[in-house]
Formats: sequence, C-alpha cells, structure tokens
Amino acid sequence: MEQIPQIPKEKFKLVHDENNAEQEKISTPSLTYMQDVRRRLFKNKVAVVCLTLLSIIVLISIFAPVIAPHDPNAQQVTLSNLPPKLGNLNIPGMNGYQNMGGKMVDAYKQAGAPKGTSFILGTDYLGRDLLSRIIYGTRLSLVVAVLATLVDLLIGVPYGIVSGWKGGKTDTFMQRIVEIVSSIPNLIVVILMMIVLKPGLTSIVIAIAITGWVTMARLVRAQTFQLKEQEYILAARTLGEPSMKIATKHLIPNLSSTIIIQTMFTIPNAIFFEAFLSFIGIGIPAPNASLGTLLSDGQKAFRFLPYQMWAPAIILSIIMIATNLLGDGLRDAFDPQSSDH
Amino acid sequence: MDKILEVKDLHVDFDTYNGTVHAIRGVSFHLNAGETLAIVGESGSGKSITVRSILQLLASNATISKGEILYHGDDLLQKSEKEMNNIRGNKISMIFQDPMTSLDPTMTIGKQVAEPLLIHNNVSKKDAMKRAEEVLRLVGIPNPAARMKDYPHQFSGGQRQRIVIAIAIVDYPEILIADEPTTALDVTVQAEIIDLLRELQQKIGTAIIFITHDLGVVAGIADRVAVMYAGRFVEYGSVEDIFYNPQHPYTWGLLDSMPTLDTNEDARLNSIPGTPPNLLDPPKGDAFAPRNAYAMQIDEEQQPPFFKVSKNHFAATWLLHPDAPKVTPPAAILNRFKKFEQLGGNAK
Amino acid sequence: MADEREVIVSVKNLKQYFNIGKPNEVKAVDDVSFDIYKGETFGLVGESGSGKSTTGRSIIRLYNPTDGHIFFNGQDISKIKAHGPKMKEFRREMQMIFQDPYASLNPRMKVKDIIAEGLDVHGLVKNDQERDARVRELLDMVNLNPEHMTRYPYEFSGGQRQRIGIARALAVDPQFIIADEPISALDVSIQAQVVNLMQDIQKKQGLTYLFIAHDLSMVKYISDRIAVMYRGKIVELADSNEIYNNPLHAYTQSLLSAIPVPDPEIEKRRTRIDFDHKSPFKDDQRLQEVLPGHFLYCSNEEAATYKK
Ligand SMILES: Nc1ncnc2c1ncn2[C@@H]1O[C@H](COP(=O)(O)OP(=O)(O)OP(=O)(O)O)[C@@H](O)[C@H]1O
Ligand SMILES: Nc1ncnc2c1ncn2[C@@H]1O[C@H](COP(=O)(O)OP(=O)(O)OP(=O)(O)O)[C@@H](O)[C@H]1O
Ligand SMILES: [Mg+2]
Ligand SMILES: [Mg+2]
Repeated sequence: MEQIPQIPKEKFKLVHDENNAEQEKISTPSLTYMQDVRRRLFKNKVAVVCLTLLSIIVLISIFAPVIAPHDPNAQQVTLSNLPPKLGNLNIPGMNGYQNMGGKMVDAYKQAGAPKGTSFILGTDYLGRDLLSRIIYGTRLSLVVAVLATLVDLLIGVPYGIVSGWKGGKTDTFMQRIVEIVSSIPNLIVVILMMIVLKPGLTSIVIAIAITGWVTMARLVRAQTFQLKEQEYILAARTLGEPSMKIATKHLIPNLSSTIIIQTMFTIPNAIFFEAFLSFIGIGIPAPNASLGTLLSDGQKAFRFLPYQMWAPAIILSIIMIATNLLGDGLRDAFDPQSSDH
Repeated sequence: MDKILEVKDLHVDFDTYNGTVHAIRGVSFHLNAGETLAIVGESGSGKSITVRSILQLLASNATISKGEILYHGDDLLQKSEKEMNNIRGNKISMIFQDPMTSLDPTMTIGKQVAEPLLIHNNVSKKDAMKRAEEVLRLVGIPNPAARMKDYPHQFSGGQRQRIVIAIAIVDYPEILIADEPTTALDVTVQAEIIDLLRELQQKIGTAIIFITHDLGVVAGIADRVAVMYAGRFVEYGSVEDIFYNPQHPYTWGLLDSMPTLDTNEDARLNSIPGTPPNLLDPPKGDAFAPRNAYAMQIDEEQQPPFFKVSKNHFAATWLLHPDAPKVTPPAAILNRFKKFEQLGGNAK
Repeated sequence: MADEREVIVSVKNLKQYFNIGKPNEVKAVDDVSFDIYKGETFGLVGESGSGKSTTGRSIIRLYNPTDGHIFFNGQDISKIKAHGPKMKEFRREMQMIFQDPYASLNPRMKVKDIIAEGLDVHGLVKNDQERDARVRELLDMVNLNPEHMTRYPYEFSGGQRQRIGIARALAVDPQFIIADEPISALDVSIQAQVVNLMQDIQKKQGLTYLFIAHDLSMVKYISDRIAVMYRGKIVELADSNEIYNNPLHAYTQSLLSAIPVPDPEIEKRRTRIDFDHKSPFKDDQRLQEVLPGHFLYCSNEEAATYKK
C-alpha cells in the first residue's frame, strides 16, 4: 500500500470499449425444444445404452412368435427340469450337465432326449422350454407395464392438470373422487374384477386402470397448483394464450420431471403387481407365462435348479434398472439447465 | 480505538459441479470496538460469505484457502468446533435476512430468546427467562411478559425481526453481524429496525457489521463503509469518505445509478453496463474493468493495489496511480465532492 | 390541465376480494377509483400486502373483479368474457411486466419462443422467417444481442431476463403496460439499465405505464403521478412532486419519512414519523380532490380545511 508500483506509462491509456454490454457471443444451433431434448438424451451414454437394451427387449417381445425357439406352453414331461444347453458346444454350465449326488452327469442323456436336443436356458418342471417362456413372459409383463403407463399418462396427468388448474369447486370434487378411489385396496378391485370377468390379463389391466392413475394425478395436481402461480404462466394468460395451449406449452414441459419420475415407479410397480398376483395364484392363469409366474415357479425349485429363477430374475432386473436409468436421462434431457455441463 | 476483529487476506473457494468458484479473493479489514462497519455490494459479490467465514458457518463445499481471522489477536480459523460454539451466539452473533425462517415456529419466543443464555452461561431457567423479557422490552416488543408465551406466527414481520435481534443480543455480544436484516421488510419497518439497532448499539456497546446492498441504509447506519465487488473490497473508508469523496469508479457507478428524491426527472439515470464477472474464472486484472468507462489498459492486465486516499480511506483503482490520467467523474459525484469540501475535507 | 388529457384507463370503485364468505376473506382491493392518462407513468406505492399487485392484476383481468368497473379507452372491460374475441383484442392492448426475473420466464422455452408467444397467439407473423425477424427486432430494442435468441433463460442474468420479459410484452404492440415491481429483484447497478430502457421505449412508442414499486425514490423518478395505497385503499394521489413536497395523509408522511437517502448528512437529520396502524379509516372518509389534482382519503370536513 505504501509503495507505489512502477508501471510503464503507456499502460495508463483509457480504453473505451463501446461494446462492453455483451461480452460473449455463443450461438447455439437453432433447434426446437424437442430436438434439443433428443440431442441431450443422445449425449448421455448411460441413457443410450439403456434405451438400446430396452428397445432390444421390446423388439424381442414383439416378435416373440418368430424368435422363440419352441412353443412356450408345449409340455414334454420326459424332458422336465433339464439344465441349460447351448447346442453341442461344450461350455461349462451350458452343456447339459448337472450335479447329481456329487457327480456331474449329462441330464439330457439321462432323460433320454433325442440327440441334438438342446434348450438354451433349460426346461421347467413340465419340460417346457424356459427361454421361450421367458420371451413370452417378458412380453406379457411389458404389456402390463405399458398399459399401466398409458393409464398414468392418459388419465392421471390430464386429471391432475385439470384439477390443479381449475381449482376451487372443480378441484374439491375431483379430489374427493381421488380419495374414494385410492381408499379401495388394489387387491379388492382385482378380486371383484375376477368375479365379473375371468382371471387374466384383462382383469389385471382393468384393476390397474381403476386405481393406478391416482398417485400420478395427485402429484401432477400439487405441482400444477404451484406452477399456475408462476409469473410465466400469468404472462401467458395476459397474452391471451388459451388454457389448452398453456397446458401443453408451459405446464407439461415443467411437469415433465414429476411425470417421468412417477412413471419410473409405475412401470416396476405394475410388473410387480402382476407378478404378485400371479404368485398368489390369481394373476395370469396357467399355462400362460409372465415374469411373475416364472419367478414363482423358479422359486419353488430354487435350491436344486437355481437357473430356473436366475434367468427371469435377471431379465426383470435389467428392465427395472434400464427404465430407471433411462428415466433419469430423460429427466435431464428435458431440463435445459442440465445440458451442456 | 481498539481493533477487536481483524480479517487478513481471506480467500474462500467453493467446489462445484462446474469447477472452483473463487468467491472471496483476498479480503482484509478490521472492526473497531463499538463501531458499525457496513459492507455494500451487489448480489453475489461475496458479502455473506465474508461474514459467514468469521463464524465458520460456510456450506460444506467451501474451503477457506488462505487468510487469518483474528479476534482479539486469536486466529478463529485455528479454533476447534467446540471453541467456536462458545464464540457463536455469545461473543459474536448473527442475524439473517429472512425473519420468517430464522425463528423456530414450534417454540415460544420466550424460550427462543432465553436459549443462548442457557447454552452459554450457567444461569437458571428463571433468570434466563427474566433476561429474555428484559431484552424483548429493549427491542420494542410491547407487553413482553405476556407475549413471551406466543409463537412466531403470532407476530408481524417487523416484530419477528425484532425478536431475531433480541436472540442475537441477549448475551450482549461484542460483535453483531447483520446480514441484510431489513431487505425483506417494508421501508417504514426498515427504518424502525435501523433506529433500533442504533439505539441498541449505544446502550450495550456492540460493534456491528452490517451487510446491505442499499446505499441509503448504509448512509444511515455506518461509521465506516467497505464496497465489495466480485469477491474483493474495492474501496473502504469512513461513511463521509465513501459518500462525499468516493474514488473507485464502481462506487461512482453505485452512487450514480440510484435516483434520489431530488434527481431531475428529465435526466437519464447513469447505469453501469454489463454484468458482474463469472467467479469460476475471475479476470486477471481489475474485475470491474469490462464495465468500467474509465478502464485503462493496465486494468485489464493487473489487479490494482489499494492506494491511500486519506488516513483511513483506501481505494483499489489504478486511477489513483500518479501516472494515471486525470478523469472527470460523473456530475452527481462532482456534487458530492463539493459537499465534501463544505464539510472541511479535501476532495481529489 | 389534467382535464385536457386523454384518459386511457379509468378504474371506478374497484373491489377485489378473495375467499368471499369464508372466515379468511381478504379485501385485497377495497373500493378504489383512479384515472390514468395516456402517455404518463402512474406510480403505485404502498407497504407489502396493501393490494398493489392485486390492483394491477384486476386491471389486466387476471382476476374477475368482485365489483366495480374498469374502463380501457372508454370501454368497460371489467366484465368481458375470459375467452371471447373482445378479451383477445384487449390482451393485445394491455401487457404486464413481472417482478421475478427467475419465475417470469418459462425455463424450458428458448428466448425466441418466449418472446414470440404473443406473436403466435395473435397470429401477428406469417411464417418462421418473419417471426425470427420480429424477435431479432425486439431483442435489439431491449439492447440484447439478437444472436442469443436460441438460448434458454438460465443463461441470462437477472437484468437481462427482465429485458426479455419486456420484449415479450412489447411483441404485441400494447398501448398500456403494467409493471409490477420490475426492478425490485435487481441490483442497484442493474436497476438503472432497466428503468432507462423502459423510459426510452415509452418515449419511442408513446406507451403508458402503471408502475408498481416499493422503492419510493425510483417511483418518484419514473412517475408523473403517484398513488399511495394502504390496506386495499388509495389514501393519497397526486403529482409526484406534489406527493413528495406536500404529503397530506399521515401514512404518506410516514412512508416518505422512512426513505433512506444515500447521504449521511441527510440521514443524520432524518426523523421518522410514526403512523398509527390501529384504526386508519373512518366511515365518513373517502378519496376526494382537496387541492387541484391532489386527492386525499379524508372526510368532507377535513377536505374543507384544505380547500380554503
Ligand atoms: N455453497 C456454494 N457453492 C458454490 N458457490 C457459492 C456457494 N455459496 C455462495 N457461492 C458463491 O459465492 C459468491 C458470493 O456469494 P454471497 O452469498 O457471499 O453473495 P452476497 O454478496 O451475500 O450476495 P446477496 O446480496 O445475493 O446475498 C456467489 O458468486 C455465489 O454464487
Ligand atoms: N389469490 C389470493 N388469494 C387470497 N388472498 C390473496 C390472493 N392474492 C393476494 N391476496 C391477499 O391480498 C392482499 C394484497 O396482496 P397484494 O399481492 O396485492 O399486495 P402487494 O401490495 O402487491 O404486496 P407486495 O408488495 O408484497 O407485493 C394480501 O393480504 C394478500 O395476502
Ligand atoms: Mg448475501
Ligand atoms: Mg405485489
């Protein structure tokens, strides 16, 4: 402070830069919001991997009749409980050998299977091909998940938005309905459905449709309540934007993280709900397979034939983890602020 | 005058997702017993972080990378958490901006005011409550004996801020740090709270560090003023020095961009163009240079040191270097210089 | 002199109550009348909760007024239907600038889409090129770099966001703009940027402003006339210099005495005038003109003393 630094004189020239109002110039490409979302999603490697995995699983389920090596319901009682075998390649664990009384024996030969028979994931207690059953089972579970999600998105989201946006008496009335619906346990709805309809996919889906959207509707309503007081919504109203447009342009993009997170819960919940129903015996009727029935069957033989449970469990886990991670990725993709860092 | 607190070359960094934010970049100042030091500056300039460092109430991603904070000669940065707890709320206490969130809604205000006493001193509950009542009367809560049993929501915003102040001063702290205590309040209530703080200072002799971004408030309460910009002090001095003989172009800009009641309505306001720098990557030279109409080449290359203006008045601008060209400050500032001369000072 | 000027907005006995009939009923705006002249800036000040924002929002019909009339260019707009063609027309004429630079822009929209919202709603542009060109023009008008139109709001500072909000309001070419505390969330150094901009645009386009604020020195600077609001009523209304030099209502006096001034000598001499909040209004009081152009909420007897 005391000492005055020596500085070359010419440094003390005033520099009037007139263009100091805007320092940086960054021109981001001119994309629409949805294009931006896609770009951000594809920049996220984890999300891309999950998206690919899920697409493969979905494609396989769609083309199940073409892809499945066997009829999933065809029983061959002589060939029951065979271990996995991949063609004639002698891969340990996939060669049809099984531990019996401390010795590895060729289970296929013992069962008297015709030469050349092989089941990639083995067979179950009725001699049905496990791989085919898993493919068909996944298909069924995915159908349940997709329907539950649709119900969430097509009933829950609009219901919540309308209730929150209208407020007042409409809201009170709509919330009473929500309370009534949510106070009925799912299981009771299913059982009632089964009295009317027969057990099976339809009654499960209807049960989910009746009760599944409630949580989504509640969350969306609460969030809408907050959003509608935001000044950008007020601004849209003063510009004369119609309510429908406000919902699609302002509310839904800003509700997207809530919706995505809730969907991430809905998908596994639906799959588990179906699995649970099948497990207690009121779900998908035999002989049809779902991941739930496969798990429940596999669990019975888990001590001796663990592969019967491992395979469906792994598929189920992959679906869960992939949807979760993809959901995270989607949520970030919808949020411009998370983008370029 | 007694220096009771001295901060030397304080640097605070924040680790964030995007990199290290150099929030405080070498701040030094001292506080004398019984005085009021005001720190002014715009949002994000580092006012709160500076004072929170004193009590070490920083977020978990903060590091004090350099510096000393001497309280009666003892470095507070070397103290253990337990020792600090003895100082907080007792010798040095703090009040915050939002009276709504600084009170516990589930506890009666009597208990809340008495609590610091029960924590720090060996007093009986009865004595503590008695003292709480006294202090509540002191801060202007009417009928304190009865109202001590009330909960925060039963008071108005201004009264709540009074209660917050009561909690802070119940132990007669040596230093009271007030971080924008009036920003959330109406002007009339703000004026009441400022009067209250001045009155309390006279009664109990506390030194006050008062943070605000409102220069009008500063003029009313401060003995000395420090102007902060982008994590550094740019000018400090007595309140008269800063208001009537400001030397830093940023101080000029602040004083000039605010209309006063006698600003001519036909004149345009002088605005400071641009926005403050990004502290993730602070500029090499004077951080204010890009917004400074008086910037010189040297400003872009080298940070200016503090130049002495008068005994207690320093400003960090190259304009004070003997080789710098003479510049004419904005008209409103020249008027202030005139006032300084009338007051017997020697304006530059 | 006031009589010669053209009235653009005329508010007559406006009442805006919330939660009507419930125990928590709020009379946010309670029987308020005033005129705003074309081309002027009308300031509205008062303590928090006095009903300033509510008044503004009722005028722009974000709320349905409980009672009273609002005339805009001579037309009563207090009862027009929320989604009718009249309302759509009205929405082009009157616009609003909001307080919070963070909450007033949709974080998930690009700047150009935010600004073009009004253009889209009212079909003011034919195609994308025209839309982009107009957005550029508007960004230029508020001193922002038109290159930034493809960015998102979070990339801008508070003052810049506020200017984006101004551009959005200007897009539909309104005659009248309500600015609800447009600068109170900004730093002093940035406030002047926004105020200067608002004044430049006013001059260029002949706009009329209703300027709501806390900061009395800024209101005095920017306004031609000022109304002081207290608990849902206007207690005093006059020319801005008149209000400051000759405040008549006790609340106005208290408010003015509390304004901090950035001058230590003035601050030292300042004496605060307290206002008794216990029973501020009496039944026989109403807002009336006590001096030419100077309105005061008072009883007839009180008014007579001033008129002498
Ligand atoms: N926890 C944190 N993590 C990262 N950066 C932080 C954190 N806390 C503060 N900062 C940064 O430190 C800088 C100084 O912040 P500080 O709160 O001291 O500002 P201020 O001057 O008190 O502003 P205001 O007037 O808005 O209160 C800011 O740039 C801020 O972004
Ligand atoms: N939608 C609403 N429902 C119920 N009460 C409301 C509503 N909006 C405002 N109020 C109440 O009306 C009164 C006036 O509020 P208003 O927001 O108009 O005040 P203000 O003068 O703008 O205050 P500030 O300066 O804090 O913005 C307040 O008591 C407020 O709580
Ligand atoms: Mg702060
Ligand atoms: Mg308001």
